[in-house]
Amino acid sequence: MKHFVQDLWCKFRNNRKALFCGYILLFLALAVLPFLLSNTVGRTWVRILDFALIYAMLALGLNIVVGFAGLLDLGYIAFYAVGAYTWALLASPQFDLHLPFWAILPIGAGMAALFGVLLGAPTLRLRGDYLAIVTLGFGEIIRIFLNNLDHPVNVTNGPIGINKIDPISIGGADLTRTHELLGISFSGVHTYYYVLLALLFMTIVICVRLEKSRIGRAWLAIREDELAAQAMGINTRNVKLLAFALGAMFGGIAGGLFASLQGFVSPESFGLLESIMVLCMVVLGGMGHVYGVLLGAILLTVLPEILRSTASPIQRTLFGDVYIDPEALRMLLFGLALILVMLMRPTGLWPAPKRRTAADPDIAKD
Amino acid sequence: MSFLEAQSLDVRYGGIRAVRGVDIRVEEGETVALIGANGAGKSSMLNAIAGVLPHTGSVYFNNVDLSYRPVFDRVKRGISMVPEGRGVFGRLTVEENLLMGAYLGNSQQEQDTDLKMMYEFFPRLKERRRQTGGTLSGGEQQMLAIGRALMARPKLLLLDEPSMGLAPIMVEKIFEVIRGVSQTGVTILLVEQNARLALESSQRAYVMESGELSITGESRELLHSPEIRRSYLGGGD
Repeated sequence: MKHFVQDLWCKFRNNRKALFCGYILLFLALAVLPFLLSNTVGRTWVRILDFALIYAMLALGLNIVVGFAGLLDLGYIAFYAVGAYTWALLASPQFDLHLPFWAILPIGAGMAALFGVLLGAPTLRLRGDYLAIVTLGFGEIIRIFLNNLDHPVNVTNGPIGINKIDPISIGGADLTRTHELLGISFSGVHTYYYVLLALLFMTIVICVRLEKSRIGRAWLAIREDELAAQAMGINTRNVKLLAFALGAMFGGIAGGLFASLQGFVSPESFGLLESIMVLCMVVLGGMGHVYGVLLGAILLTVLPEILRSTASPIQRTLFGDVYIDPEALRMLLFGLALILVMLMRPTGLWPAPKRRTAADPDIAKD
Repeated sequence: MSFLEAQSLDVRYGGIRAVRGVDIRVEEGETVALIGANGAGKSSMLNAIAGVLPHTGSVYFNNVDLSYRPVFDRVKRGISMVPEGRGVFGRLTVEENLLMGAYLGNSQQEQDTDLKMMYEFFPRLKERRRQTGGTLSGGEQQMLAIGRALMARPKLLLLDEPSMGLAPIMVEKIFEVIRGVSQTGVTILLVEQNARLALESSQRAYVMESGELSITGESRELLHSPEIRRSYLGGGD
């Protein structure tokens, strides 16, 4: 059965026409998905989908650091926070600044990248567990800073957070409002979905290109053996800093989009548990494999929501009462899923395609 | 000035001075061996020349002072190192390993000719070019590591214990390869514990003892020096 599926997949991949049709179908499916959801299970699900896309972008950013360059980062959510707060401060009544989104997006990305370098520079010599501990500390420092930056000068509003953040607006059209186009009405979550989808698509393209580039090869070499990578003439310092900066940049963009979609940010959203959650998406999906990470991110955002909406009704019909709180059940099942995946598929649900290890018969002949 | 000249090189690990003011020089086209017992500081010396270890003193290569230059810059200028323990990228295929050696950017064409040359030089690697580096035997990995270093088209090749952990028959083969590389005009500085083979495949040699040079000279003469025979060649006759 498994071989049959693999064969089919191979044939599909090698057939240009089929591949093209597949892309068209995927494109159409993604285009109608939010309408399908809002007309069947409700608009909340489109919002959940929006969050899944944001998390996918976040996980792809972390994948650059952890998956490509092999640098274990436990404080990644800090860059998400930097992006979110940059957006919040530049587009809210907090300082009465209302910059347009095309200006904030690069500023947020740049800020996050700067913080990425700030974290990367002092940790260049660290690897593995040691790096993990330092990055963990860094993540907490950022969160605590945001929590306490309300005095002596009030910058972040402290634990209360920043409210009334401007949504993205294109050509004066506020994206959270409902718009009519060609007789179809797009509500806020719908338009956000398309904007996020476009940005995620760009992220995917950049990640795939990066992996295949010279820089991608340098990351791969560093991940495998840093000393040997040096001996190849790779400028390990700059290449590692670049991984931190690029990873942080995507985190920052995702953070900004989160702030504008939510309309509100507070330090609470950027705790250690969030960092671990994003890392789980990367590891569970398939570290270093762009599509695997994508799958991991979408599964880990959507499945808990499905559970949240079904756990109570199912218990009520089966047992007549709710015995286990859905929130507790969520963590329980999450832990169980993690253990099972790590036991059965230690390289993730959808790992990078395996390299051939047997001698190649075609080569041996000539 | 010589092709490679290391002057009063000092390497420290914390408070320990592993290399104590060592001067060595290597002329263009030579193969020079650096021999000595375990912990004599041979590898530290080599790593300092490659730029992997911080050091004091100076390293001149092709009349340029490389003392404060980072590793990648030294590679760019033509110094390639085969690290101790080979440092093969275990999860990359043989071919990917070789191509990684050309990281600093020869043109696609140059890479293709170099790759072809490596496969002629190491037919074993051609057979296994789609296999991952980790599945090769120790000797094959050593060949791969040498081939990978050659892909950078180095002027000076630094070899760190190429015989380490290999079967005797493989050791002979690796040294055949090293002599072959030398014949193509590449200058070689070789760190080795197997003193006999190192002396037999080199023109000159330095002997290191607890961080300092003890004896230097022509390899042929050292092979017959009673002192060397007693301490490093295991023969009392």
